Amino acid sequence: MDFVSGLRCRECGRAYPAEALHVCDYCFGPLEVTYDYEAVAATMTRERIASGPRSIWRYADLLPVHDLTPVDLGAGFTPLVRADRLAAELGLGELWIKDDTANPTGSFKDRVVSVALTKARQLGFKIAACASTGNLANSVAAHAARAGMESVVLIPHDLETAKITMTSVYGGKVIAVEGSYDDVNRLCAELTSEQPTWAFVNVNVRTYYAEGSKTLAFEVGEQLGWQAPDHVVVPIGSGSQLTKVAKGFEELWKVGLLDQEPHVRISGAQAAGCSPVATAFAEGTDAIRPVKPDTIAKSLAIGNPADGWYALDAIRTSGGACASVTDEEVLEGIKLLARTEGIFAETAGGVTIATLAKLAAEGVVRPDERVVALVTGHGLKTVEALSGSVRPTTTIAPTLEAFDAAMSTYDEQTDTTVARSPR
Amino acid sequence: MSIKVRIPTQLRTLTGGAGEVVVEASTVGEALKALDAAHAGFAERIFDDQGGLRRFVNVFLADEDVRFLDGLGTPVADGQTLSIVPAVAGG
Repeated sequence: MDFVSGLRCRECGRAYPAEALHVCDYCFGPLEVTYDYEAVAATMTRERIASGPRSIWRYADLLPVHDLTPVDLGAGFTPLVRADRLAAELGLGELWIKDDTANPTGSFKDRVVSVALTKARQLGFKIAACASTGNLANSVAAHAARAGMESVVLIPHDLETAKITMTSVYGGKVIAVEGSYDDVNRLCAELTSEQPTWAFVNVNVRTYYAEGSKTLAFEVGEQLGWQAPDHVVVPIGSGSQLTKVAKGFEELWKVGLLDQEPHVRISGAQAAGCSPVATAFAEGTDAIRPVKPDTIAKSLAIGNPADGWYALDAIRTSGGACASVTDEEVLEGIKLLARTEGIFAETAGGVTIATLAKLAAEGVVRPDERVVALVTGHGLKTVEALSGSVRPTTTIAPTLEAFDAAMSTYDEQTDTTVARSPR
Repeated sequence: MSIKVRIPTQLRTLTGGAGEVVVEASTVGEALKALDAAHAGFAERIFDDQGGLRRFVNVFLADEDVRFLDGLGTPVADGQTLSIVPAVAGG
C-alpha cells in the first residue's frame, strides 16, 4: 500500500484521484501528489529506512507508488562526498558534493524514471516515452529495457554523441527531432493527446515522475545523520528538481525523521545562455520570459521552464539566490571539480560548481554554512564540450630520452602555472 | 481568415471530443475568443483574470510559441494552425 491521498493542482487547489493525470483539467496547473503524512510518520522510521534497499526505494513510503518489484536498475543512494579541497579553493567551510554521476545511467534521471515507470506499469501503460535533453532519454531507454517495455524517446537532433549512443544502445525507438528541446517538448505534449496509451514520463506521468527527485533530499538528510544542510545549490532546467528537493526536506521534517526543523536555503544554477529563472530572480519579478537557449549545458537548455515559477518561489522563500554562468565558466567548473575532488561532471555539473563559486565569491553561499552542491550527471555524457580544452600533457616517442625530455619541460610548465595562478 | 485550432485532451470535453476546431479570426486572441464563442467554457480555462493567457497554458502558432511573437495580438494567416498545449516538465 502506498500513502498517497490524491493529487492536487498547485495553481487552483482542485483535487484529483491518483490516476494518469498530469495537469489540472481546469487551469492546466501541474498536479502535486499529496500523502497521508500522519500514516507515513507512524510507519516510516529511521530503522525501517536503514533496513531497506540501497536505492531510492528505501524511501518508498514517501514515493507515489509501492511495488515490491519496482522498475529498478539501482537508482539512488549515491555518494555524498565531503569536498574539503574544493571548499578551500572557494573559501567555504563544510562543503559536500551529492555525486549523482554514480547512478546506473549516469544521471539523477534514474531516480525519476524508476518511479515514473513503476507507476506507469501499475497504471497499465505498455510503452514508455519521453521528450529529453539527453539524460532522461538514456534513463527511459534503459529502464524500459529492464522492465520489458517498449520505448519511444524524442530528442533534439543536435544532442551530444554520447547521449544519443547511450539511448540507442537499449534497442528502443529514438526519434531525433529537427528543433530545440522546447520544440520536442511541445511535440510530445501534443502527442500525449493522440497517444493516450503511451506513458510520456515527463508529460502524462510527470506528477509521479517528479516525485522521484525528492529522494535527493532524503538521501542528503540521511547521509548527514538525519540533519538538513544549511544551503543546497541545485541546477535548473525545468525547475522541477529544485522544487522537489525543497519538498523533500519539508517532508523529512513533517514525518519526524529530522532532529531539528530544517531551514535550508536553496539556490539555483543556470547557464547564461538559458537563464530565464536567474533573469527573473535578478529582476525581482515573477514573470519568467521564455528564451531560445544557446549553451553547451544542453541538459539544462530548457527555454520555457514549466516549473520555473515554483523554483523561483522556493528560492525566494528559502532565502537562496539564483545565478547564471557563462559556457567558459561551466568548463572551468567541470575542471575545478575534477581537479579538486576527482569527480567528472557533465556540463550541468559545471553549471552547478561554477554557480557555487560565483555565489561563494559574492558571499551569498557563506563559509559558516553546511553546503551541499548537486552534481547530477556524468562527464562522459558530454565529453565533446571539453574537447580542445583538455588533452594529453604531451605526446612522445616510446623512449626513455623522450620521456625525460618531456617531463623536464612539463615540470617547468607546472612550476610556471603554479606561480602564475596561486588561487 | 480560417484557422485550425488543435485542442488538447483536457479541453476536449468542451468540443464534444473533437481534437481540432476551425474558426475565423485575424489574430491569435480573436481565434481563442471565437473558439469560446463556438464552444462555451474555453475562455475561463485559458485566460487569467487580466485577460492574458494562464501561465501554464502555451499557445503555438505554426509551432512557434506566441510569446516569442506578439502574444495574443499576433496576426494569423489563412490556413495556419494554432495549438493549445499545457506546459510540461523537462529533462
